[in-house]
Amino acid sequence: MKRLLVLGAGTAGTMAVNRLRRRLPRHEWAITVVDQSDTHYYQPGFLFIPFGKYRPGEVTRPRRRFIPHGVDLITGEIDRVIAEDATVRLVDGTELPYDYLVIATGTTPRPAETPGMSGPEWGRSIHEFYTYPGAVALRERLKTWPGGRLVVQTVEMPIKCPVAPLEFTFLADAFFTDRGMRDRVEITYVTPLEGAFTKPVASRHLGGMLAERGITLEPDFLTERIDPETRTLVSFDEREIPFDLLVTVPVNMGADYVARSGLGDELNYVPVDPETLLSRQHDTIFAIGDASDIPTSKAGSVAHFSMEAFTDNFLRHVQGQPMTRRFDGHANCFIETGHGKGMMIDFNYTTEPLTGTYPLPRVGPFRLLAETPRNHWGKLAFRWIYWHVLLPGRRMPLPAAMSMTGKHPEPTSSGPDTSHRAGRPQTTTAPKE
Amino acid sequence: MPVTTIDGRQVHVNDEGYLTEYDEWDEDLAKVLATQIGVDLTEAHWKVLRFLREDYKAKGETPTTRRVQAVGGVPIKDQFTLFPKKPGSKMAYIAGLPKPHGCV
Repeated sequence: MKRLLVLGAGTAGTMAVNRLRRRLPRHEWAITVVDQSDTHYYQPGFLFIPFGKYRPGEVTRPRRRFIPHGVDLITGEIDRVIAEDATVRLVDGTELPYDYLVIATGTTPRPAETPGMSGPEWGRSIHEFYTYPGAVALRERLKTWPGGRLVVQTVEMPIKCPVAPLEFTFLADAFFTDRGMRDRVEITYVTPLEGAFTKPVASRHLGGMLAERGITLEPDFLTERIDPETRTLVSFDEREIPFDLLVTVPVNMGADYVARSGLGDELNYVPVDPETLLSRQHDTIFAIGDASDIPTSKAGSVAHFSMEAFTDNFLRHVQGQPMTRRFDGHANCFIETGHGKGMMIDFNYTTEPLTGTYPLPRVGPFRLLAETPRNHWGKLAFRWIYWHVLLPGRRMPLPAAMSMTGKHPEPTSSGPDTSHRAGRPQTTTAPKE
Repeated sequence: MPVTTIDGRQVHVNDEGYLTEYDEWDEDLAKVLATQIGVDLTEAHWKVLRFLREDYKAKGETPTTRRVQAVGGVPIKDQFTLFPKKPGSKMAYIAGLPKPHGCV
C-alpha cells in the first residue's frame, strides 16, 4: 500500500484529497490528511463580517463534512517533516510515514513580526480581519466607533487575497456613508506597493476609485514599527501616519513547522517549480495553495485553477512518468466595491489584470476592472459554489488556464508587439523618487 | 524587449528601463545606472548589489528587502539609507535585475 499524506485540510488540501481519492486506486493508495482544527472556514466571507453583512455562522462548517470516504482525517498539530525518513511527526508524538507528501498548510497573519503591533492596542485601536476572531472583534468595534482617522494598512507583500485590503476600504467607505457619518471619518490606505495594486492597469483603475471616494493613498510605505502610545505608524524612511483605528494586514507567513523542517524560504513558503508545484528540494514533496512560493496571488482561485494540472501531474509523477501539465499562475478575484457593486480581475504569471469581460467576450456576464451589480452578485453566489462545487473537487464549467478571450490588451502592457521598439532613447521610468 | 544604449553599450531593457539580460550587466554599467537614479555607490552598496546578483543566479528571482535582510545580512533600515525611498526597486535596477515581484 502506498501512502499519500496531505498536510492541511483547507481550500487546497480539501480539493486535492477529493480529486486524488477519485483517481488513485483504493487498493493501492491510502490517503491521510492532517489538520490542527475541526472547523473549515469560508475565508472570503471574513471580509463581510466586520460590516455585519455575514453572520459568523455563515462562514463555518465542520471540516469532516468535506473529506471524502476513503480518506483518513487526523486532527493534530504538526511538529515537523523529516524528509530524510519520509515521515511527519505530530506534536503528540504520532509518526506518519509517507511515500508522497503534499504541503497545504497555507499562510497566516503574524502581528508579532511588527514591533508595537501586538501590544496593548491590539484589539483596541488595532484590528485585523484575516482571522475569524479578528473579523468578529472588528465588527464589535465598528458598531460603536465614533469616527476619526481610519488607516487600512498592509505591512508587507505577499499577503493572502491581495485585493482584500482594498475591498475592506471600499466597504468601509460605503458603511460609514450609509450610517451618515462619512464626514467624520478620514480614510487612509497605506501600502508597501508603489500604487493601489501591483500591476499598472489594475493599479490605475483601483487608484482612481480610491480618489473618487476621498480616500488618501500612501504608497511605498514599508512599516518599521507601530508606536502604540501615540497610535502612529512609522515607516523605515521615517514617515509617520497617526490613526484612531488601524485595520492592519500583518506580515503573512507559512506554517512554522515548514521552517523547523528546513523546507521553507524566509517567509516559510516552500520553494517549488511554479508550473508543477513539485518541491525544488525533494521529489516526493509537493506544495499547493498558499503554502508554496509561486509568484502569483495567494488565493483560493489559484489553488482551484492549479488543481487540474496538479492532479494530472501527480498521477504521472508517482508512476515515474514526466509531468506534462503546466500551471500558468491563473488567478481570478471578485473585488467588492461597496453599495451593492463589485469588480473582477483575471490574470496569470505573465498577463496582468486587464479590462474586458469574463468568461465570454462582450456578454460576460462579468465585467473586468469595472463596477457592476452583477459582479457583486457573483461574489455572493460564490459562497454556495465554494461549499458545493469547489471543495468537493467537482468540475466548474470554466477553463483552468487563463484565456485572453474577452480581454482588452493595453498598448503599454508587454507583448510580442513591443519587441520592435528598438532604440528607446533613455530609461525614463527608472525608480526615481 | 526594447534595446537602449547605456554608456555607449547596447543593452536590453523592459518598459520600465530594467535590464532584462543577466549577462549584459557588469560593475561599470552598475555605476552608470546608479548615477541615473542619483545613488553614489560605496562598498556598502556593493555588498548589497553582489548579494542580489548571486541570489538571483541561484534562485532565479530578485530577492525582496526582507530576503536581503534575512539572507544577505543587511538590515532593511540600512537598505533604506543606501537606496532611499524605494530600496527594493532601486537595488534591482542598479543590479540589472527585474523588479522584485511585490507579488500579485
